[in-house]
Amino acid sequence: MSQQKPASSRPPLSKERQQQARRRVLRTILLTGGVLGAALSGYLPLAYAQRQRLRPPGALDEKDFLASCIKCGQCVQVCPVQAIRLADLIDGFGVGAPYIDARAQACDFSCDAVQCILACPTGSLTYHKPEFLAVRAGAGLAAKPILKAKEKDAEPTLNLAERIGVARLTRPEACLAIQGKGFKGQARGPGFKGEMRYMEVDRWKPIPVRDHPYDVPECDLCVRECPIKDAISIETVYAPDGTQRKSPVVHEPCVGCGVCEMICPVEPAAIEIVPREVWKT
Amino acid sequence: MSTPLKDRFLTQILVMFGREPSRPQAVAPAAQKLHEFKRGNRDFIAEKLHARAHATPSHKWRNRRWATLIVANLLFVVSFYLDIQILEGALTASRFVGFHLIDLNSALQVMLAHKHIINNLLIGTGTVLVLWVLLGGRTFCSWVCPYHLLAEWAEKLHLVLVKKKLVSDQTIDRRLRSVFWVIFAVLAAVTGYTVYEAISPTGILSRALIYGPGLALLWVLALLVFEVFFSRRAWCRYACPIGLTYGVVGIISPLRVKYKLEGCFHEGDCRKVCLVPHVLDTVIKGRAVDTEVPIGPDCTRCGLCVDACPTGSLKFDVKGLSKLL
Repeated sequence: MSQQKPASSRPPLSKERQQQARRRVLRTILLTGGVLGAALSGYLPLAYAQRQRLRPPGALDEKDFLASCIKCGQCVQVCPVQAIRLADLIDGFGVGAPYIDARAQACDFSCDAVQCILACPTGSLTYHKPEFLAVRAGAGLAAKPILKAKEKDAEPTLNLAERIGVARLTRPEACLAIQGKGFKGQARGPGFKGEMRYMEVDRWKPIPVRDHPYDVPECDLCVRECPIKDAISIETVYAPDGTQRKSPVVHEPCVGCGVCEMICPVEPAAIEIVPREVWKT
Repeated sequence: MSTPLKDRFLTQILVMFGREPSRPQAVAPAAQKLHEFKRGNRDFIAEKLHARAHATPSHKWRNRRWATLIVANLLFVVSFYLDIQILEGALTASRFVGFHLIDLNSALQVMLAHKHIINNLLIGTGTVLVLWVLLGGRTFCSWVCPYHLLAEWAEKLHLVLVKKKLVSDQTIDRRLRSVFWVIFAVLAAVTGYTVYEAISPTGILSRALIYGPGLALLWVLALLVFEVFFSRRAWCRYACPIGLTYGVVGIISPLRVKYKLEGCFHEGDCRKVCLVPHVLDTVIKGRAVDTEVPIGPDCTRCGLCVDACPTGSLKFDVKGLSKLL
């Protein structure tokens, strides 16, 4: 039994009780450390991210996007081509936040109205950015993009103010157009699950890309399938040695949807979206 | 409300934030009379033994609750898979036939991190706030949260192991939950990331059910393992800030469990099944401050005590409704 006189009105604790209390404090510290450690480890993937995620159209800049996204996946649910996926644990604080893997399934705007923005309850995806958030130079679009599919409609534009990235010919040496080659067959082979809306097939129902084979004398799939008017074209360019050749050229209206990356028939794609890239003149 | 009941109402709020319950300062005269009557009354003890012998365990409320929880979560899953648009989204935020619903704790994290509140966020949060004020605050925990159900099953396993003396329940300081709540609120405001959402087992499980499983489930598994082998119901009891957020909402909720002193044998079966036994301190001999005592806001209204009580001394109650009827 304890020899000490009680300091307060409370009876003194036995040695066993004291030890129990001490252990409890240790356990409390253990749980605190474990939970906070797990929570804060979510920062590591952000600091060491090798590859930036392409966010859905209308996404705020990355930091604001991750601050405002409530990770509910309503954008996932409305997308007619299931282009939007939710990130897993390896994204740290970005776990549960939506992204687009354009090579696997790009956003082809077959919803016509950017439904994911409409679905977002917190304004992470938005038509109009709040005023206190600045638009990065080159991120804003010069004009509202015209959706080729809606070109004949009374309102042909998409309500998008900013791009989510820019397409870039990252592997020109692989590009069939540059090589002057044509393309025949399924753009991404028989096993590819990606879908797209083809206006000449059905305006309201996207079909698998593999069900829509091509036969073109000179490959122009990226230009042909780009959903945005005047965002990309095949131009004649001069190589450093002075010879003429054809090449896809990306223009300012490019919103970074990723259809060109998805449809590019060479493996890996010759053209890719650089997420969050801005337009540089 | 009598003064002892008012005092209890306030102390129960402190108890929710982590204070240990203690013997009440004052007890209403009618309750005092009952306490004295029960002390050493032979008839009462005989009655108690008789009731004990004939008690049949009931699972009425547990079954209703599990059914509700499963249906609520399945509604999310089915809405997406069949594209019927009844309940779109996940538990963090959703739309019920078009109406925005936003989880209070998730909304708080987003508001603190983003510092900008759009109308839909406000509408959804307001709707959910009203809903859970009416339904009892932490009712969310036991009737909707998918982690609660898994934790209940893990708890059964834990109790089997305890019975076999393979593990013992290592308790943790309950004040920790309030500390976590503050830490995660501050982290969201300071870092600009919804830090808690990254580890919220509620969000992770809800998304896993609806959008498919992922590695994030490993965190949930780790929590369950911790609860089975180390500390009974640790996450819900000592850590989860969602529980505290809804607990605060429950302070003013009319729906709660009510305790009637008169028939109670003070055997403590209710406290043994309870997730938050500190709210049931009133059933300890001599502790009830009045003949009828509403259970405090930290109660999840799960009904396990209502099922366990052999004398019907614990019952669901809607404030004011019993007077009307």
